Amino acid sequence: MKIVVCVKQVPDTWSEKKLDPATKTLDRASVDGVMNELDEYAVEEALKIAEATSGEVTVLSMGPEQSTETIRKALSMGADAGIHVLDDALAGSDAVATSLAIATVLGDRGVDLIIFGSESTDARMSVVPAMVAERLGLPQLTFANKVEAPGDGTVKIHRLTDYGYDVVEASTPAVISVVEKINEPRYPSFKGIMAAKKKPVETVTVADAGIEPAAVGLGAAWSEVAEFAAAPPRAAGTIVTDEGDGGVKIADYLSEQKFI
Amino acid sequence: MAEILVLVEHVDGSVKKTALELLTLARSVGQPSAVFVGDGIDNAAATLAEYGAENIYVADAAELTGHVVAPKAELLAQLVAEKSPAAVLITSTAEGKEIAGRLAIKINSGVITDAVGISEDLVATQSIFGGSTIVHSKVTTGTPIITVRPNSAAPEAAPAAGNRADVTVALSEKATSAKIVDRVEQEKGARPELTEAAVVVSGGRGVGGAEGFEVIEKLADSLDAAVGASRAATDAGWYPHQYQVGQTGKTVSPQLYIASGISGAIQHRAGMQTSKTIVVVNKDPEAPIFELADYGVVGDLFAVVPQLSEEISKRKG
Repeated sequence: MKIVVCVKQVPDTWSEKKLDPATKTLDRASVDGVMNELDEYAVEEALKIAEATSGEVTVLSMGPEQSTETIRKALSMGADAGIHVLDDALAGSDAVATSLAIATVLGDRGVDLIIFGSESTDARMSVVPAMVAERLGLPQLTFANKVEAPGDGTVKIHRLTDYGYDVVEASTPAVISVVEKINEPRYPSFKGIMAAKKKPVETVTVADAGIEPAAVGLGAAWSEVAEFAAAPPRAAGTIVTDEGDGGVKIADYLSEQKFI
Repeated sequence: MAEILVLVEHVDGSVKKTALELLTLARSVGQPSAVFVGDGIDNAAATLAEYGAENIYVADAAELTGHVVAPKAELLAQLVAEKSPAAVLITSTAEGKEIAGRLAIKINSGVITDAVGISEDLVATQSIFGGSTIVHSKVTTGTPIITVRPNSAAPEAAPAAGNRADVTVALSEKATSAKIVDRVEQEKGARPELTEAAVVVSGGRGVGGAEGFEVIEKLADSLDAAVGASRAATDAGWYPHQYQVGQTGKTVSPQLYIASGISGAIQHRAGMQTSKTIVVVNKDPEAPIFELADYGVVGDLFAVVPQLSEEISKRKG
């Protein structure tokens, strides 16, 4: 089975994030980049499926130069090869343009499964997997907390819902996104880290992929940030120390605010 | 007035509050038309009309609900082509955002997700980076598709005609390629859905263990609230993972959020900072969560929280 897992380099989850006043997009330079946490689950799931079906895993990342770190991390976990979609023309791409670039790069590579993490911790839209499925006309198997892909052309997932989960079936090729905790992502071993240095990473530019440069990047975005500002600080609240009546005091406050 | 399509969330015709919120918001930018997918319109029609739906488009083909996301996007694309609405509003749930995303590609339109407000000229307000930054965004291409977070508007009744029209949708083969073969309902008791609840009561590291969550649940039940948990608590296995509030979990924006034994790392704040009123119980006076508190008590949650539950039950009689 041929599996591509799409990963994104994002600002460290625990860091303060800011918008760049000039482009009104995420300031990626001022914070440390890491592999999007949810993508680690996608890489692990891809590796597990590949191990069970004698398949191969290619990791794809679209992003600036430093995204190679995230590709290397996936390679050191065990992925076989990398694709880095790298082009200044892509900077500032919205979800619409990102899905176009990914779908175009992957369109004719004969991939059986395209696996994503269910959301990035920076943009948090959770729409790119659905958009890629739409563009490629492939079944959408998203928000999976269980994936069965035995390599016989079928794939079955448990899709998380408000009430529990839906069991969803499709045939491959298909697009999957996985949620946090679907598995326990492995740590790269020393051997894996050394091996990753020798694994092939193909760089694909907009021209290589045949993407119209005007269709991607900040200028092509179909929505724009008109303005932004720091949220007004919350008014300082009342803080009291419990002297045996803390619960009663909160109840008084909730009554005042008409919650009870 | 310009028509605004509103995709209605419902369970077998019982209309969810989120749909009433969207209809209310839609009235401030145009004239709402409800799009109702699935069975149960006879139960829903009166409510939708009461909250301002001028038209109700009803599509009940089994394929629409028997497959993942894509058929609903095709239905909306067809309606956009037929009705030329000024905008499409969808609730910002996981599925709602995916429908919006696919619709955007189909109709060549921009999409904005997770709006917390919409102005008259269809500028959406978003609260990003865990509520630290407020952004005003606009769709510049095509028919604006905006997904709106639950609890972003207070539903107000404003009766309208509620003219019903059945819609027949011609679905492509591709739209029905991911088939739902079973729906499994997991027991979650009588508590409201976490992301839609008006009140959320959460516990964190300070709760100390799975049994400690009983006091959190008891407080939640006294307020008809949903229960949430910080990542520290879900990672430790004290509470199921799907109740995690935070950057890698659910984002909630209730009227009232009560955080007990939660220190308030960015990871957690990102998921709850836009709550209207925040009450904090923590024994560490230096815990950053107190910066967000409208009302805070420095003390042992195992003393304060049970006392609060008891007091609420007493006052509610």
